[in-house]
Amino acid sequence: MSAVIIGYHHTEPVVVQEHEGDLSSVIIECQSIYYREVNEAIRAAIKAGATNIRLKGINGQRYIGDGITDKNVTIFIEGVAGQDLAMFMGGARVVVEASAQDGVGNTMDSGNVIVHGNAGDVVGYGMRGGSVFVRGDVGYRVGIHMKEFKSHKPLIVAGGCARDFFGEYMAGGELILLGLTNEGALAGGELVGNYVGTGMHGGVIYVRGAVTQQQCGKEVGIFVADETDKAALKKHLEAYAEQFAADFGKEPSALVDMLLAESWSKLIPVSSRPYGNLYTSV
Amino acid sequence: MNDYIQPEFHVEIDYDKCHKCGRCVGQCGWGVYKFNERPLPDDSKCRACHRCVTFCPAHCITIKKNELAYRENDNWQPSARKKIWKQAATGGVVLTSMGADRPMESIFDHLVLDACQVTNPSIDPLREPMELRTYIGNVEDDKALKLETPLTFAPMSYGSVSLNVHKSMAMAAQRLGILMNTGEGGLHADLYPYQDNVIVQVASGRFGVDSEYLNRGAAIEIKVGQGAKPGIGGHLPGEKINQEVSNTRMIPQGTDAISPAPHHDIYSIEDLRQLIYSLKEASGYKPVGVKIAAVNNVGAIASGVVRAGADYVYLDGFRGGTGAAPAVIRDHIGIPLEIAIAVVDQRLRDEGIRQQASIIAAGSIRSSADLAKAIALGADSCAIGSATLMALGCHLCQGCHTGCCSWGLTTQKPELTRRLDPEEGAQRLVNLVHAWSHELQEILGALGVNAVESLRGSRERLRAVGLDEQTCEILGVKPAGR
Repeated sequence: MSAVIIGYHHTEPVVVQEHEGDLSSVIIECQSIYYREVNEAIRAAIKAGATNIRLKGINGQRYIGDGITDKNVTIFIEGVAGQDLAMFMGGARVVVEASAQDGVGNTMDSGNVIVHGNAGDVVGYGMRGGSVFVRGDVGYRVGIHMKEFKSHKPLIVAGGCARDFFGEYMAGGELILLGLTNEGALAGGELVGNYVGTGMHGGVIYVRGAVTQQQCGKEVGIFVADETDKAALKKHLEAYAEQFAADFGKEPSALVDMLLAESWSKLIPVSSRPYGNLYTSV
Repeated sequence: MNDYIQPEFHVEIDYDKCHKCGRCVGQCGWGVYKFNERPLPDDSKCRACHRCVTFCPAHCITIKKNELAYRENDNWQPSARKKIWKQAATGGVVLTSMGADRPMESIFDHLVLDACQVTNPSIDPLREPMELRTYIGNVEDDKALKLETPLTFAPMSYGSVSLNVHKSMAMAAQRLGILMNTGEGGLHADLYPYQDNVIVQVASGRFGVDSEYLNRGAAIEIKVGQGAKPGIGGHLPGEKINQEVSNTRMIPQGTDAISPAPHHDIYSIEDLRQLIYSLKEASGYKPVGVKIAAVNNVGAIASGVVRAGADYVYLDGFRGGTGAAPAVIRDHIGIPLEIAIAVVDQRLRDEGIRQQASIIAAGSIRSSADLAKAIALGADSCAIGSATLMALGCHLCQGCHTGCCSWGLTTQKPELTRRLDPEEGAQRLVNLVHAWSHELQEILGALGVNAVESLRGSRERLRAVGLDEQTCEILGVKPAGR
């Protein structure tokens, strides 16, 4: 196939078929190509029937996977993915072999994102469905206003630490923090920053170890995860371990067992209508 | 706890004329009437929405102001005292609806338009062509929005208003060749046939936003602020989230729909640019506008918005309406629309970027005169929300937030929403916009120009009566006589 690119920088990404004559698998050379052309090449490849797209030489190009709704497509990204990766995405699978910048899975509807490094701020803002797995740390404002609807239930699993405003305004879905990597740990050794779940009115947050009320918004109830909770947690930990256990020098099952053996905090909203009694009228 | 507040209105029924038919009982959404051989009103529940008055076959109902003799005090107006009594009883933030109602003078009312006399001929629009077509966005872009008259329906979400209101606006927009705007409540499937005449809005809660939604609209609007409540978010109460609203917003039934105050992925102009272009990427480069409230530094903000890549800036003045906002915010935050239009237009001109984006002005456009003056001050077009609701029956009782609208507009109760027939509603809106368009043509004819674009930013055709020198200077308008 040939990509038709209207060049802004007059440099076209080179699109090659991985196997001669096989349209389903393509490689796109993206080194120094402007994001608009990269994304046009991706859309053109999908339109031509590609289901496996490998992007080589990505170095911060924005909006990869933005608004893509093709459920059978997998995009492999070699390099650091730029801002708003998989924003408004509705079904595809995106695998980043390094880290990702801010806004991964922003307002995402469904699909899967796997980040083999760290991810920046605002992961999964307003996310309605699908999943984001980050091997390492995430930044500030992660999982703000995640929400669920019918069969849509968003999931974010971060293997490392998270900064402030984790799950702020959370309205649904699951947000899980493992604390396995500690590059992003705070001075006091906490896995997560302050204002956790402020304004939370739905969904659940699991954090390995203890979380204090001081770290959380007043709308959050803190519980120790019981066996039922851990059973719910297990399948997500298994999915994480399947991707990343090798990075920690462990078998997937051993990593899951190790994590489940520990104490977990379960954070849920104290009310589904935190502002129900705030108002009056004359 | 007793709030010590007496009814604001008296409902008087002339029982000699009354048919005892009980229609008033059924018509009232607030539950004012009980029926025991004759209708018995409870004054305390009346909001003076005049639904019962309008539909009483005997014309025997009169709503009167309860002229309680409060000890006179120009400083402590009764409205201020009532709020204190209410808040002392409840501890609540006072919620209200529609636009700010404080007695601040309208600048539009101090502006007058020019007309041709002797030295150049005026034009008769009844016999000569008079172009009202207006483009929003970059005209050279084939996706620029085309309006057959410089008006759009202002964003009002499905949830805050009923589906029949949305249908009325959508049908009218299609027939008029203009646009409606979803507000932050998603696009109901019943509106898909009208999608080419719909602006889809993306606000901080991201309700109803997915790839399909973005691709259906003619344009996408990022809502940053609202004139009635600049800087604060929104809480659509769970009571208004029924099955259909829940499906359209894609959130569970009965939970509060909370829109955070800011978009948490926009903390800067650079972030705004990022969102504008992510929306363009997701939608095949449709026009993306940004709605902001008129606040102190609106000129600089609008400049940033345009530099961020917006195709239009939607300016919402401090009198703009709302389906629910804290009264203290609605009545005390923001600046007049007239000032905002003038400073934004001037700023964009001074910076040489005016041609990059259009200006849509809104926030209490009450007539074609306001529309013409807004355009003369620098707007490309105006949006009407309160006027739209009034065309559909709204009597401005400011009770939208209660969800009990007797006119069936700002409610989700099926027995109330069915009062608006979308077909009739669409016709009323078409009539209103046609009437205003004709009036605008008459104004243009009097001005001796044959296209609305000749009026745009033409402040020389305005004069001020009774405005101070500094306001005139800011508006770029001379006082009458100069």
